Amino acid sequence: MAKFEKANSVNEWLDQRLAVETLKRVLSTEYWIPKDINFLWAMGMVLAATFGVLLISGIFLLMYYKPDANLAFDSVNYVIMSEVGYGWLWRHIHGVGASVVFLIIYIHMFTGIYYGSYKKGRELIWLSGMLLFVAFSAEAFSGYMLPWGQMSYWAGMVITNLFSGGSLEAYGLVEWIRGDYVPGDAFLTRFFMLHVLLIPLVIIGLIVLHFGTLRIPHVNNQEGAEIDFEEAAELYKAGKKKESKVIPFNPVFLSKDVFVMGVYFILFFYLVFYHFNFAMDPVNFDPADGLMTPAHIYPEWYFLWSYEILRPFPKDPGLIAFGIAQAALFFLPFIDRSPNVAPAHKRGLFFVWFWVLIVDMIVLTVLGKLPPEGIFNTLGTVAAVIFLLMGPALIVITKFEKKL
Amino acid sequence: MRELKILAVVVFFTLVTYWGVEPFAHSQMHKHVEGHGFTYNGTADTKEAEAGVVKAKESGSKEAEAQAKLEAKKVFWADVEKIAQLQGNAANGEAAFATCLGCHNGSGVNMGGVIPPNLDHAGALYDKNYLIALIKDPAMASNVDHKYEDTMTHPMGSIKTMVTDDQQIADIVAYMQEKMAGEVTSKQAFDEACARCHAMRYAKTTQLGDTPTFKYEKDALAHKIKVIEEQEMVKAYMGKLPPDLSIMVRARSEHFMETFVENPQAQLPGTSMPRVGLSHEGYEKVKAYLEEVGDPSKPAREAIGPWVLLFFVVFTVLAYLWKKSQWKDLH
Amino acid sequence: MGKNVQGRRDFMGMALGGFTALGGLGALYAMKRSWDPLPSVKAAGFTTIDLSAAQENVLNIEKWRGKPIFVLKKSKDMKPDDRDIVIGEDRYHVSIGLCTHLGCIPAYLPDKRKFLCACHGGEFDTSGHQIFGPPPSPLEIPPFKIEGTKLVLGEAGPEFQKMLDAGLTV
Repeated sequence: MAKFEKANSVNEWLDQRLAVETLKRVLSTEYWIPKDINFLWAMGMVLAATFGVLLISGIFLLMYYKPDANLAFDSVNYVIMSEVGYGWLWRHIHGVGASVVFLIIYIHMFTGIYYGSYKKGRELIWLSGMLLFVAFSAEAFSGYMLPWGQMSYWAGMVITNLFSGGSLEAYGLVEWIRGDYVPGDAFLTRFFMLHVLLIPLVIIGLIVLHFGTLRIPHVNNQEGAEIDFEEAAELYKAGKKKESKVIPFNPVFLSKDVFVMGVYFILFFYLVFYHFNFAMDPVNFDPADGLMTPAHIYPEWYFLWSYEILRPFPKDPGLIAFGIAQAALFFLPFIDRSPNVAPAHKRGLFFVWFWVLIVDMIVLTVLGKLPPEGIFNTLGTVAAVIFLLMGPALIVITKFEKKL
Repeated sequence: MRELKILAVVVFFTLVTYWGVEPFAHSQMHKHVEGHGFTYNGTADTKEAEAGVVKAKESGSKEAEAQAKLEAKKVFWADVEKIAQLQGNAANGEAAFATCLGCHNGSGVNMGGVIPPNLDHAGALYDKNYLIALIKDPAMASNVDHKYEDTMTHPMGSIKTMVTDDQQIADIVAYMQEKMAGEVTSKQAFDEACARCHAMRYAKTTQLGDTPTFKYEKDALAHKIKVIEEQEMVKAYMGKLPPDLSIMVRARSEHFMETFVENPQAQLPGTSMPRVGLSHEGYEKVKAYLEEVGDPSKPAREAIGPWVLLFFVVFTVLAYLWKKSQWKDLH
Repeated sequence: MGKNVQGRRDFMGMALGGFTALGGLGALYAMKRSWDPLPSVKAAGFTTIDLSAAQENVLNIEKWRGKPIFVLKKSKDMKPDDRDIVIGEDRYHVSIGLCTHLGCIPAYLPDKRKFLCACHGGEFDTSGHQIFGPPPSPLEIPPFKIEGTKLVLGEAGPEFQKMLDAGLTV
């Protein structure tokens, strides 16, 4: 057993038992971040904060929500929205947060792609991040079921049907997932469980892993420069802050993060109070009706690009294309053959590839919501094919990329 | 500055995506319906009939019927316009109004599928032209003549044989506009204009009016059965049970609600919902009630919103100053 | 200079922290409000009971705010008490039927004219006074208002106010 002496302060007492001083040093005041960064590096903390906001607002919704096909709709739309003090605020925050979190996730992802932050030792950062993306998607989808409105019901119907596997006709699997022939009470209660317990646990675990994967390869910087972190840290600690290429996480990096968060929360709460319909679809304010499909059904905006890859093809190829699209981004660190860790604008054709990817995904997103008619169908097919070609194109482009 | 340039790029692509999935996508999804400011002169009706003629010509069937319908609409609304020019006499109207009280007596008894509406505030809620049209031919006025072989079979169709004189119509309307135009609450507006077909469970009202509280389950169930019976009659008459309106203000856009109430056929061609003829003020009252029940947090949102935003503006300024002080000697 | 800078840094960081705490207080207030009883719960806090059909020495149990309410019409041989509700000639004992010891529901023994709590043996007389065992105080009287032969529970009428002022109930 370690030796304990009489402590002179609470801090010291805790330090003897928990090594709080060491923890503080390792995790914050001497956790070194490159100095050469821009506000896009704050997106991680913005995501963490948004997750926190979703968690807190979710707790208060959970206090009054009733996972029962007969009661769910009114428990949300009447009890929470009209009766509970500030219930509407939690719901608006939760709804808007669930939508906006994906905007930040996409910005965070594309930042990683642009600066090559998935390469050379940083593969696990990318992979754990992609797992988080999948977990957040599952969380968003399961949460979307809970108000049990028309969109909840029909999204549940359509998405679970994907598991029939096209010509495999695995309807037994679909029924097993639903626990019923159609989305019903069993479906609602199991998605409730997933939404409030299992997936959040997974997300929290993955967040810890994601942070952990940053530790050894360190955060990338704007130029993709290789930094000797130990040497730079010594310089900083010796007071040569100008010369050092690193800054401590706390308080220097954090101060910038908090400022970016402030700007972000202005936008966030503007949406919560004044502009929430984009995140709380009006159609979902009609109660679920298994005998009437709404005139237009579409997923939330963040799923649209992959939904659109499914749509233009016949059933089986559509499902395969959809599957490829879901998995494709995982492989990015392995199909990017270039040795360069550098921002896209220094990587020649890769730069073009990057912007084509962005534009194509936005085009897919918009088309995913438009009615599948006429010119939109043609455009959708073209955009989907382009997306599927982006992978092979990347292999070729990066193979011939000159070493910087 | 580099960061601002990056920000501009991020904002640009975010806005393009937003524009694409929200305003643009919705403009493509919903057909555009022009509102007409809660005036009722038959413009929309004749346009619909004209479209019907074009369609009939294309398909080559029932062309004569479509043409006849167009003519009937034109004649009908021209007549309404003529009556609107007459000077109504409220005193004479009062005597004639006794005819109306036979059914519109507030007894809440279903007649021919629906409960005749209470007319206590008819003059305040409904448009003058519409009232004239309604007395002249209820099915034509409410633009549901497609439901009837003969508009006489409309539950109120017999009015055509009871009030035949144009001057008398003008008198009755004058009477309603003068004597039945008192101050009306938003709930009264909803009850008179909508509630006999539409329930509103978040306000605890059904087609039979406000639901009382019952001490014994037996009484509550007995009431529920009465409600179901009434709903079945409405359903038999309308084809389907008109939806509960509790949170309809959040389920439909403002523009949809307005144009739908003005002329249900414009948004849902073939619907059996009648045009109810609310004037602009009348509609505002009904809308206020729908918001009160369906979106009760609106006042709180508007009251708290600015403070929360102000908080984060100040927060951001302070955070910026903190950041500046932390980064001061780094470069 | 160095020291000065340190001081200024702390100041900005603390100003921001303090301001954030202010916002946190606002959020805490909203959270507190979300825990409050719902308006529908509060609206259901009024119950009207009719005393006219009560029979002497027969205990009726009504429900008010989820709690049992004892209604006992007193017979002539029962001792009148300041805690009785008097309507015309009749005297009623009305109280919340929860033992003041630890909240069990006492049973009424009509023959012995007393309430007996099975949990720890506390006893009350027909006016609700504790007569034996651990109960520290008489059975509580719910706020009431007399309306003819009816009683509105949850609303404090003048008769209740008088009892309250006299310290006959809490």
